[in-house]
Amino acid sequence: MLGSASMDTPSVPPKALAKRESAIAEPAPDRTDVGEIGGWGRVMQPGREVRDENLERLTRDAVLCRGLGRSYGDSSLPPPGVSDVAGTTLADRVLSFDPQTLSLRAEAGLSLRELLRVFFPRGYFVPVTPGTTFVTLGGMVASDVHGKNHHCAGTFGEHVTALKMRVADGSIVECTPEVHSDLFWATVGGMGLTGHILEVEFTMVKVPSPWIYMESERVPNIDAYMTGLAQAAEQWPMTMGWIDCLSSGDNLGRGILMRGRWATPQEAPESFPEPKKRPGVPFVFPQFALNPLSVKLFNEAFYRKHLRKQASGITHPEAFFWPLDAILDWNRIYGPKGFTQYQCVLPKSAGPQAARRFLELLSTLGGASFLCVIKDCGAEGRGLLSFPMDGISIALDIPVRDDTQQLVDKLNEHVIDDGGRIYLTKDNYTRPEHFAAMEPRLEAFMEVRKRWDPKLRFRSAQSVRIFGDPVG
Amino acid sequence: MKAVILGGTKGMGRALARQSAGRGDAVFLLGRNEADLQRSASDCAARSPDSKTVGHALCDLEDPDSFAAALDAADEALGGFDTVIVTAGMFGTQEQLEADTVRLRALLTVNFAHTILFCEAARTRMMERGGGVLCVFSSVAGDRGRKPVVLYGASKAGLSAYLEGLDHRYRDAGLVTICVKPGFVRTGMTEGLKPPPFAGEPGAVASRVLGAIDRKRPQIYAPAIWAWVMWVIRLMPRFVMRRVGF
Repeated sequence: MLGSASMDTPSVPPKALAKRESAIAEPAPDRTDVGEIGGWGRVMQPGREVRDENLERLTRDAVLCRGLGRSYGDSSLPPPGVSDVAGTTLADRVLSFDPQTLSLRAEAGLSLRELLRVFFPRGYFVPVTPGTTFVTLGGMVASDVHGKNHHCAGTFGEHVTALKMRVADGSIVECTPEVHSDLFWATVGGMGLTGHILEVEFTMVKVPSPWIYMESERVPNIDAYMTGLAQAAEQWPMTMGWIDCLSSGDNLGRGILMRGRWATPQEAPESFPEPKKRPGVPFVFPQFALNPLSVKLFNEAFYRKHLRKQASGITHPEAFFWPLDAILDWNRIYGPKGFTQYQCVLPKSAGPQAARRFLELLSTLGGASFLCVIKDCGAEGRGLLSFPMDGISIALDIPVRDDTQQLVDKLNEHVIDDGGRIYLTKDNYTRPEHFAAMEPRLEAFMEVRKRWDPKLRFRSAQSVRIFGDPVG
Repeated sequence: MKAVILGGTKGMGRALARQSAGRGDAVFLLGRNEADLQRSASDCAARSPDSKTVGHALCDLEDPDSFAAALDAADEALGGFDTVIVTAGMFGTQEQLEADTVRLRALLTVNFAHTILFCEAARTRMMERGGGVLCVFSSVAGDRGRKPVVLYGASKAGLSAYLEGLDHRYRDAGLVTICVKPGFVRTGMTEGLKPPPFAGEPGAVASRVLGAIDRKRPQIYAPAIWAWVMWVIRLMPRFVMRRVGF
């Protein structure tokens, strides 16, 4: 236990807090006008983020929390008829860390970036990291994020030991896999719809060095890619790869396959990997910048850049885990209409040809996309709406066009036939009937949700769209 | 550095306390809310490279009677502090303060009279042992009488004048006084206000302030661009200031 403070100190009861507030400062300032708010895909709607360092105060009347807004679609946006979401990013304190048990507890708005800035140089890492560090702990729980090590470590939720939450009746409860376990597992991957996550406690991991040993391989087509991925998963704790989904014929699904592990202290450089300087995208690209030709050229260049068939060596962890974090505001390249990400998982039962069939469908539908990410997933997590399941996950960015809805519909119908499902964190277009067909666990989730929140107070634009939650 | 921070649980004070603890300084937090102090103390301790314990004590700028005991506690925990940082203060928009005299009175008292009383208590302690650094957050709003910040600005103008005088009077005797003048910074205090151009982030302000403490600079604007903005505003003739909206 660090410091003189203890995490189980009772917090100030709300009434006492309110009295203190009236004395000095902290007035509710005149709010700015309701502007526009969007997810990472930059599809905007009316709305406003209201932030406060004190999450207990902030969440008293809120219908939804929003962290760093990195979910692509409408998961972090207010439902129709509601203007405000509670922004958690000012509530970002580490409350305890025990170097023996590796248990860390923090306020839900703490970003992964800040957490790692403090703890990574000391040799500690998170058990699971998504593809960006611009996420909050609360968001990591709500999306039950997964990473390159999913086939070994599962999702982030598997490593969470406790959550402090504000639930619908206004009370604040601590839930764990043992205490209020129904609430706990509905909240892991529950998209913030079961209550407001105030604090997160989870177990960190100790890493042998801060560097990554990586092997990457150029593979000529999807079949070779899938075989390579399966082989790598048996021996490597981290795997993933990029596919050029514009290539066709014999080249269909050519790509770069990567496998990695933490470098041993012997092979790692002595220095700590210094944070990389980040260029930014200073403005929103015009609509014409992204066209089939420019995307094709980019994909071709990415494939050709990998000169040798195979490469290996020590790699900077930022380049390995979060390559896109190197470009600030990269979502602006998709132009004024924004983009969506389509991510689905196809189960093992769909057979070894599932990825090939998906890519073939994609190329007939003509969804121009930059590289698409394909990774195999391990067993399904315990979170009631947790995304990954035993099979392969496919993710691709799709610029918003007039026919985006039809494109997503067709992909969804294919995924339903294969017994797969989509990732809510990325979604902006899935129809309710499609989601219901993909998600046999939905009923169980809604049952727990209604047990804790009978009036469905906690809602998002997405939950109204997909679950049919009440408006206003 | 053995630093006492009044206001270190929130906004720029939180960022400053974190960075100070993170680089290995001994830190002691003062504030008005016990639970909040405990959480921030844990946060600072977790960031301390050698896991130093971070102590805390209650201290309320509305209640000058709380100052002595708080500084005693800090002295004891740190073995005699050599730096005192004050980031606490009240804020209200011109409209809010014009409409609410109770709040106005509290703001004028806290930002000017009580902050100075606190500084005096800290000053005498540090001077008894040969000096130290007193670093206090005023505001760019105190540099010039301006339409949108007449009342808040007046409280900070008085504070800035005090801090400048203190630095002239006691620098030779070993007391360094630093007046920090933040422009608009995105914190809980300014949440909901429309950010003007050049709005800053608390982390960047904190590193600038720590630099000023290390180099013993008597005055610092943060973000840096505000030094130029305020230079222009200070040069403006009255008839121009009367016409412009800022």
